[in-house]
Amino acid sequence: MKLKSLKLLLATLTLGLATAFPVANAAGSSVELKDAQVDLDNKLSMARGAKYYANYCMGCHSLKFSRYNRVATDLGLDDESIKSIIFTRDEDDVMSKSGSLMISAIPSKDAANWFGTAPPDLSLVARSRKSGDWIYSYLTSFYKDDSRPFGVNNLVFENVGMPHVLQELQGMQELEVHDDGHGHVTKTLKLAEPGKMSVGEFDQLAKDLTNFLVYVGEPAQLHRTYYGILTLLFLFVFFIVAYLLKKEFWKDIH
Amino acid sequence: MNGLLNWIDARFPLTDTWNKHIAEYYAPKNFNFFYFFGSLAMLVLVLQIVTGVFLTMHYKPDIELAFASVEHIMRDVPGGWFIRYMHSTGASMFFIVVYLHMFRGLIYGSFKGPRELVWLIGMLIYLALMAEAFMGYMLPWGQMSFWGAQVIINLFNTIPYVGEIVSQTIRGDFVISDPTLNRFFAFHVIAVPLILVGLVFVHIVALHQVGSNNPDGVDIKQHKDENGIPLDGIPFHPYYTVKDIVGVVGFFIVFFAILFFMPEGGGYFLEYPNFEPANPLKTPEHIAPVWYFTPFYTVLRAVPDPFLGTLAMFAAIAVLFVLPWLDKNPIKSIRYRNKAHYINLVWFCVAFVVLGVLGVKAVTPFLGELGIRCTQVYFLFFAVTHAHSRPMKVNYVVWFAVLFGITIIWDLTRYADLSGESVAIFWQLLTVPFVYLLSTLILPMFVSSFNKEKEVPTRVTG
Repeated sequence: MKLKSLKLLLATLTLGLATAFPVANAAGSSVELKDAQVDLDNKLSMARGAKYYANYCMGCHSLKFSRYNRVATDLGLDDESIKSIIFTRDEDDVMSKSGSLMISAIPSKDAANWFGTAPPDLSLVARSRKSGDWIYSYLTSFYKDDSRPFGVNNLVFENVGMPHVLQELQGMQELEVHDDGHGHVTKTLKLAEPGKMSVGEFDQLAKDLTNFLVYVGEPAQLHRTYYGILTLLFLFVFFIVAYLLKKEFWKDIH
Repeated sequence: MNGLLNWIDARFPLTDTWNKHIAEYYAPKNFNFFYFFGSLAMLVLVLQIVTGVFLTMHYKPDIELAFASVEHIMRDVPGGWFIRYMHSTGASMFFIVVYLHMFRGLIYGSFKGPRELVWLIGMLIYLALMAEAFMGYMLPWGQMSFWGAQVIINLFNTIPYVGEIVSQTIRGDFVISDPTLNRFFAFHVIAVPLILVGLVFVHIVALHQVGSNNPDGVDIKQHKDENGIPLDGIPFHPYYTVKDIVGVVGFFIVFFAILFFMPEGGGYFLEYPNFEPANPLKTPEHIAPVWYFTPFYTVLRAVPDPFLGTLAMFAAIAVLFVLPWLDKNPIKSIRYRNKAHYINLVWFCVAFVVLGVLGVKAVTPFLGELGIRCTQVYFLFFAVTHAHSRPMKVNYVVWFAVLFGITIIWDLTRYADLSGESVAIFWQLLTVPFVYLLSTLILPMFVSSFNKEKEVPTRVTG
């Protein structure tokens, strides 16, 4: 009935229940996601990811909330090198400026016709999918499936309308289904035809793309924790001062 | 300086107001941890208004532009992400602070006479806050903004005869669309904040008329010195102003830790699907309201009939308004009430939190039944509280029989629809209201130590 027990009760209730029931997985997929080991300190990886993105993804998937020069500044690239990944033109038919938004050239109506659905903008995919793990797992989970229009399917995103654009690099995987006889089915992927890249190289590529997309989801996160540490350090000192001030004022209250 | 003050005082009661509400407002000296949350609620209100003003400078209330303008704030506006996270974290923190503030009122009987009006005004603030939060959540125009609003607005559809008209009036259209976003924006940035600020002002004026309660529930005005100053009272300034600074800094440590290190609040403060633009053609797999609405959302889902469910949800809020007239026990503080009352409050808090957790989960037969049982405990709490008004005279057996009877009648209306696994779960979880009523009504009857109230001291302790 004392204050302490009440506070304890409150704390246990909220913490205990919040951890016991995590938020439902937004993706809703039953496949276990692979750990992408996202590393936002690795600017080189993110810059490579930006290059791969421009070469392999941006033909269809825009990053329409992001700007080229912001990416350049954040990843430590100069203006010239960022211009090398600009492929779109503005209404005057000159190359888009480095301050432009990273839109794709594909007309969304045509794209919807070609793929069955318009390829989504991916500025925020890392946030709506909760983390980079989904992206990394998705990129590495294409496999051969002749029943699909593009001859491929994906373990993480079943019946996805997208072709396997990284096939020339990764090669083609095949699905292997193992049934242990007790109704427990596990699905694994095995590389059937190798591509231009080794398994390790391709894995790094998927991680680079993931790092880049996680960064693009929230550019502020590169600096956010730095400000956070400074703010908290200040507040801890302020707390001590405020506490001592309170004690001084209250010393004659009994 | 004095000349200026005199000049103002001749024209406006500046010194009088300062003295009446701050320098010579005598508050009990024994405020504890839970008494920080009133001033913190006011602080968050100010933060929300200030950050909201800056957000309004860059936000565009247009379904074609809204989502992009929020991302523009997050990326292109200098410091925009900080302002936006202040506002989004502030929204959730507002409810945390307000729930703890209400919890304080509940355990120390602050809602009881002569503070009924303070409680009523506070409940109106809570209502306004829910409206404000609901409309604010639509503005980023993400998937959850859209579908959450869809669920809530459709509730009004269930009102017989006029439902259609009511929900169309709220939307300003047949579906949620641009006019809806525009009017929600207008309400969110002007109408409701004005009401909120006005109500908070009245809340404080009413409080200062009757004086603050305290953890002992003792009226400090009963014992005054020769100058008419309460012996257990201390001037709000400087004592509580310096104490509240400690509270504010402590609060900021939590607030900024969330803001800088986990601004999504684990998917509870900013829901992951809300990073996808609203798409009326694509229903999300799982629609969950933001966490602070989820207890009432579970109450809604506990009743299958849509209109009755809506009524139950609003009743769950409305019943809090009449609490001062349900709990007639003259002892205010939980410290001196009997143990059965303590158990009752613990049950209530647990039921409320479980209802909240269930609200973000998809319904399974077990969780659905648990939601119904917690809803029953939630409502029974108010009846049991009334029964505990006079623990020495009350006939616990009659109360137990009547309340358990009502629970059974509710159960009978739905028992016929159950089948298979649900029947077993039904019987299993019938123990929840049964044990609840047993522990709060039968236990104090047979074990006198659970029914014994302690003597309230005449002066505050500690």
